[in-house]
Amino acid sequence: MTQRHSQISDAVRQASLGVSRRNFLKITGIAGGGLVIAAAMPAMAEEAEQDLIRSSELNAYVQIREDGKILIYSGSPEMGQGIKTSLPMIVAEEMGADWDDVVVEQTPTVDTDLYGKQSTGGSYTLNREWNLMRELGAAAREMLLGAAALVMELPKDELKAESSRVRHIHSQRSRSFAELANLAQQQPVPNKKDLIFKGRQEYRILGSAKSQVDSLDIVTGKADFGIDAQVDGMLYGTYARCPAVGGKIVDANLDELKRQPGVVDAFIVKGNGNVRELMDGVGIVGSSTWAVFKAREKLRATWDEAQASKDSWSDFVRFAEQAGATGEKTKLERGDVDAAFTNPDNTILSALYEYPYLSHLCLEPMNCTAHYRTAPSGDRDHLEVWLPTQSGPRFQQLAEKRYGLKKDQLTIHVKRMGGSFGRRTSGEYACEAIELSKRSGRPVKLTWSREDSIQQDFFREGGFNHIRGAVDQEGKIVALEEHAIGVAPQGKPSYFSGVNPGVFPFNTQASIRGSLTSYRMDTPVGPWRAPYSNTHAFVSQAFIHELATAAGRDHLEVLLEMLRPARWLEPDNIRSMNTERAAGVIQLAAKKAGWGRNLPEGRGLGLAFYFCHAAHVAEVAEVSVEGDAVRLHKVTAAVDVGPIINMSGALNQVEGSIIDGYSAMAGQKITMEDGRIQQTNLDQYPVLRIGSAPDIDVHFIQSDYDPTGLGEPGLPPLAPAVANAIFAASGRRVRKMPLLDLGYRV
Amino acid sequence: MASSFVLNGKKISLDVPDDMPLLWALRDALELTGTKYGCGIGQCGACTVHLNGNAVRSCLLPVSSVAGQDVTTIEGLGDAENLHVLQQIWIDQDVAQCGYCQTGQIMSAAALLSTNAAPTDADIDTAMAGNYCRCGTYVRIRQAIHAAAEQTASHHEMPETGTGELA
Repeated sequence: MTQRHSQISDAVRQASLGVSRRNFLKITGIAGGGLVIAAAMPAMAEEAEQDLIRSSELNAYVQIREDGKILIYSGSPEMGQGIKTSLPMIVAEEMGADWDDVVVEQTPTVDTDLYGKQSTGGSYTLNREWNLMRELGAAAREMLLGAAALVMELPKDELKAESSRVRHIHSQRSRSFAELANLAQQQPVPNKKDLIFKGRQEYRILGSAKSQVDSLDIVTGKADFGIDAQVDGMLYGTYARCPAVGGKIVDANLDELKRQPGVVDAFIVKGNGNVRELMDGVGIVGSSTWAVFKAREKLRATWDEAQASKDSWSDFVRFAEQAGATGEKTKLERGDVDAAFTNPDNTILSALYEYPYLSHLCLEPMNCTAHYRTAPSGDRDHLEVWLPTQSGPRFQQLAEKRYGLKKDQLTIHVKRMGGSFGRRTSGEYACEAIELSKRSGRPVKLTWSREDSIQQDFFREGGFNHIRGAVDQEGKIVALEEHAIGVAPQGKPSYFSGVNPGVFPFNTQASIRGSLTSYRMDTPVGPWRAPYSNTHAFVSQAFIHELATAAGRDHLEVLLEMLRPARWLEPDNIRSMNTERAAGVIQLAAKKAGWGRNLPEGRGLGLAFYFCHAAHVAEVAEVSVEGDAVRLHKVTAAVDVGPIINMSGALNQVEGSIIDGYSAMAGQKITMEDGRIQQTNLDQYPVLRIGSAPDIDVHFIQSDYDPTGLGEPGLPPLAPAVANAIFAASGRRVRKMPLLDLGYRV
Repeated sequence: MASSFVLNGKKISLDVPDDMPLLWALRDALELTGTKYGCGIGQCGACTVHLNGNAVRSCLLPVSSVAGQDVTTIEGLGDAENLHVLQQIWIDQDVAQCGYCQTGQIMSAAALLSTNAAPTDADIDTAMAGNYCRCGTYVRIRQAIHAAAEQTASHHEMPETGTGELA
């Protein structure tokens, strides 16, 4: 940690210790002058009140520098979702700062007492931090106005903060924030209840398009990715685990490994059997990444696979194909489903949908740099890590649990992630680096090969859904039943199937049944961009199109009918679907895409809607099919996530989600036999290239609900929209991903 | 064992194994980490550098094979004080998301523009086919390359840097 960071942290720590019951914000000077606003943490507030609890979620603070620059910390890790730009934009807006004066830095260490959550995920970070960021900015503004009133000898209500200056509204007189900073820090801290937020019509920063704060570093190769960490005296390391997850190490040719050029040492490491912490393996450290990767090719290890995964994808397929319409465990049931399915006047349709396992394929391979300093007896050990992670605090807990290290024995540098998509939430890559550092006595940069990063993943689980529906004589969908066949690693069902009561259409249909059957597959699974929505949207929204088609009705009309009447299913719960917002995005996407227009032979439009991560999203895909060649020409999206914070970032997330969703749908599939993942690298796990990327047209409905995040919800509607468009273009159903498996060329 | 080549305009000599890929010589021996490791088999393009002006995948290129030749990395293409037109437009148009692939994307795009001042969509798709973007920024990459070509053709002054405001 630099000297400057230490000073700031100390200042904030003192500020936090001085918290009162009334004031959730505290302010103090730092060495060299400046204004620091910090949060009071419940743990530090002796009599924390209910309204103080939210203040513990602070993950940023503001410093006005004498040179006029305004430093705003970002506590939430950046992985490409844009949070490092969007959260400081909110603070800057309420302060009245000029965005050009703002400098954003990642919080210098992990300390939830000081900075709050310091995590990101679930497309929820923006919504979680929205009020707190506004409070921070508004409190800073009030104190600057208070200082200006004194200096300028004017009533505070005749002053306005904008463009990093306080101006008198009746004259041209003004003072810069930098001139006011020292006096501002002595002003009383406003009560949170007295803060007034700007109205949307007053916004100068929010809603505009800003390039992300690290753009310059990214394009010049200076961005702060974990894999780029450089530490004095560091060795390079890699770590080999059993190819079938769960295998235990028996022996390895360490002597031969140690003789390889550039290798410094090699170790057998015993793990604790927890895939999110440390599995058995062989670690190699050396003078370069290349040296240890090359030595690893010479590894001959003996594994005890008695407890290792025996997973077989082909066995799973056979099991699922034999399963019936109803599963072993009923998850939800409403209305008389069986009556609808036995009514001879109804049209009954049933189908089996399939989706594969997927790897995260973050382009930056898994990595961590660790320096474990074993103290002489009597002193305490210290661990310093350079860690790309979605949650520094989660690693902090792991370090205490596994290594007995308290907060003061840890220095955690949270690094920019070269993609994560849910992957960098576990601790095993950090633990491996720590083990190699402990054994070698040196800092070690551990890098996983691409092959390891694909094969030793927490995969998006594959699965199967039997689905059936009943349509009455008027063409109305009167019953739906879904049976999800999912996996159960170590016998524990993951239930990432999407068969949940809050999920469309389970949340609106009168007669519905959802059931689950779990099948033992030990391959580790975990969150992958829009967990369970990324598969369930495909199953449910393609099948609704099947039912609409069977009824001879327009898909758009059927969807809108399912959403009537207009209502918020759980009022004031942002995580609950609002059918009015849903209908709004569906109608807008349809209108912008020219729904219903005549298209040439072999060309078709497909529509899909989904609600997840508090976002209402509809997409229309325009596809042509010629023989077995599929071309996705254009995707039109309509999105309601409330007001947009950063227009550029928001568009980028939706565009990226659409392309990512198509990449997965088109060609990606992980399979396993005898517990071994069969794909090793990009030559066997095809990814979408620029030439197959569609044109994308995104429209936002900027409603007045609180803003929510966009890292995930643009993805789920893509696959069903494309599947429905392929049917419209060719008459062929897509009930299985990826398209390459169905014989299509993309 | 010593390999000599011209790196970003300066002659250097490096004592690493002959078969070490240029990627790892750059990243680990020379600490130039703007060139990225993505797949190690020439499929993702994150490691793209220029060899005598042509875009190549440094993960498959033994360092001994570049002896005496000109290698340019992203650090040599332009820096904060002297950005390449593509770097400036990448900032202006906020192309990146996670940003990990983007140095490789820019190196491929720069090689394309050096031989084709006005590429079509098809030219771009061909030249950029070896550069994968997991975040899916392809639409912006294509627009940015067109914008750079137009800007170069019209000989306009480059915009001021650092405003963060989009063009």
